Amino acid sequence: MSKQINIALVGNPNTGKTSVFNNLTGLNQKVGNYPGITVEKKEAVIKLSRNLKAHILDLPGTYSLNATSLDENVVIELLLNKNDKDYPDVVVVVSDIENLKRNLLLFTQIKDLGLPTILAINMADRMDRKGIQLDVSLLEKRLKTKVNLISARKNKGFTELKQSITDYQKLSTNPCLEASKIDRQYFESLKKAYPKQDLYKLWLVITQDVNFGKTNRNKITSQNGFKPKSDSEIKRLQQKETIKRYQFINETLKETLTKDLALAKGLRASIDRLLIHKVWGYVIFLAILFLIFQTIYDWSTYPMDFIDESFLALSEYVKNVFPLGMLSDLISEGIIPGIGGIVIFVPQIALLFLFISILEETGYMSRVVFLMDRIMRKFGMSGKSIVPLVSGTACAIPAVMAARNIESWKERLVTILVVPFTTCSARLPVYLIIIGLVIPDERWLGVFNYQGITLMLLYLLGFVTAIGSGWLASKMLKIEFKSYFVVEMPDYKMPIFKNVFYTVIEKTKSFVFGAGKIILAISIILWVLASYGPTDDFDNAESIVTASLDVTELTQEEINTEISSYKLKNSYIGYAGRAIEPAVIPLGYDWKIGIAIIASFAAREVFVGTLATIYSVENDDEQTIKSRMAAETNPVLGGPLFTFASGISLLLFYAFAMQCMSTLAIVRRETGTWKWPMIQLFGMSGFAYVVALIAFQILK
Amino acid sequence: MLTIASLKKGQKAIIGEMTSQDIPLKLLEMGCLPGNHVELIQVAPFKDPLYLNINDTFLSIRRETAKLIHIELIPDE
Repeated sequence: MSKQINIALVGNPNTGKTSVFNNLTGLNQKVGNYPGITVEKKEAVIKLSRNLKAHILDLPGTYSLNATSLDENVVIELLLNKNDKDYPDVVVVVSDIENLKRNLLLFTQIKDLGLPTILAINMADRMDRKGIQLDVSLLEKRLKTKVNLISARKNKGFTELKQSITDYQKLSTNPCLEASKIDRQYFESLKKAYPKQDLYKLWLVITQDVNFGKTNRNKITSQNGFKPKSDSEIKRLQQKETIKRYQFINETLKETLTKDLALAKGLRASIDRLLIHKVWGYVIFLAILFLIFQTIYDWSTYPMDFIDESFLALSEYVKNVFPLGMLSDLISEGIIPGIGGIVIFVPQIALLFLFISILEETGYMSRVVFLMDRIMRKFGMSGKSIVPLVSGTACAIPAVMAARNIESWKERLVTILVVPFTTCSARLPVYLIIIGLVIPDERWLGVFNYQGITLMLLYLLGFVTAIGSGWLASKMLKIEFKSYFVVEMPDYKMPIFKNVFYTVIEKTKSFVFGAGKIILAISIILWVLASYGPTDDFDNAESIVTASLDVTELTQEEINTEISSYKLKNSYIGYAGRAIEPAVIPLGYDWKIGIAIIASFAAREVFVGTLATIYSVENDDEQTIKSRMAAETNPVLGGPLFTFASGISLLLFYAFAMQCMSTLAIVRRETGTWKWPMIQLFGMSGFAYVVALIAFQILK
Repeated sequence: MLTIASLKKGQKAIIGEMTSQDIPLKLLEMGCLPGNHVELIQVAPFKDPLYLNINDTFLSIRRETAKLIHIELIPDE
């Protein structure tokens, strides 16, 4: 019989906890969410020995068990709830050798919970270079547990770590210091009132504002001689506890760790001098952003064209191979173009996540936060808002979640509200295809491509709108708040390729499957709506068209086209489209674009797929979607539908409108009310309509 | 009374009293505690926030928080 144990991986941010997880588990990890909240849950099952398996859970990074955010709550809720199915048999605290002092605070807290706790000290390969020496066996004695030196970068020490985990039952569960000494009388009365509970757990329940299954905070009231303390007294005690813990840690490390100070400094100071310089710092940041966007534009067009053509070929292939009929039509005209519309994103998304994760891994992002805080505060946000605003260029969903790190509620709310203005990757295919149609592929001064410049301007527009509306929102929102900002400035590190690679794979995968489901569903619905009609006109299209035309002057092909577009016009989608046409004509669009826009409210990237589906139902010719769009004519003005004016109008509409159900849902979850997502939906989309209208009327 | 906000670039000090209720607990957890060393590494453009080395941890805080933390200067050797 093989047995399975639960392991929880805990640690401070920036200790390389995720690389330790990656090294322990390889690619067989599962990424999901904790039930009811959008905190990412990473887990995996590995084999430790012939009859021992381990379920490893990578918990969110936290500095202590005093939770200040949703992510940190997850850690404490799990560690305090014995009934949780993931409740650990053993905890591995990951720390890093250079920040051991700070990392040990969390370790001592967890050790006080009476759980078997292993200390894994990461980045041990840097010890020599940094002149650090550590007396591991004395440290084990002081901390009353097993200590493992590991290096995720060099993949060293993991066999020993796995051995320690396997032997977890030998570990002592005694605390290494007792927090109750900070107020003996208070803790003794608490123990007397609740004799069955673990004392340190009770204390955490009192100090935290979270739910712990049965032991509810409010249930700990005065009884059996226990007298609760006021909030400010409790805060005092928490401070005292922290001081007490640091005293213990400082004493322990004095005995066990020596550092050659001359070697410890170096790289950080010289790189900092450049990267947070009052002029060069900003120049470098802008240059990096520019480089990223140029690269994404340059590198992704080739694979994108390739994907576009491959799906077209696949569609043709299905049409030729399968017998004619509904199923074949559904696959070749509905499903394949729909899936193609999402797969085409993969190159850009992967590249964006690649760059963002490199920026985070190297430690550069914290410097940007430091540089931008004063400026961002003028716009009602925090320096930390830069992270959501930059990752918003990939996708607003992780960006809204990244705003959790912002400590003050008002700054966080403003950030969440404005993030959807940043140019997310779902807008990119819309932009690319329209820019390709209406902006000339020529070079300005022989160097800069006009199409590239337009794209750059659109990114800039998104960013400027985000910042500007941040300023507006902070003026309008009446929320009292305490400014509060603590950012760790981690050491500069070369990114670990494996980590970057895993992040890119995982984020791209979850994006493709998450968005893919919606897009697939919508393309099937659209296909059905476009392939059937409410009246006889649809079914009798052939005879009606032939009767109205002078058949002799047209080729068979032209007649077929006429029949198809008559059918489309009389399909369900045709009726719906013509119903909304009056609203979109002043913006320079036709009813097909109108339908694509409506469908885009599920997710923007549906735009291209929708047009692809509509056009391929209408026209069986082997053409890429771009050439089909170029051939469309304007229903009112005549001439090509996609002109400079209507193109710009469409670009502006997509730049400003709030067209993403998933983002609205995530904002609802993060803010706890529908009020804010509704303000985004109607405010942003209304603004988009007006701007697109003005743009088209001026330019036409 | 001197506070972290009155430090000059490169100056070191020892953290004194921290009585204000507005000092976030997180800062204490990062090692900002009475008796520990603090050094001002750099000030961001526009004079805010401050980049500090506290008890061997590098972090940055805003000037208004820094004003709440009293210090005693270590005289130059």
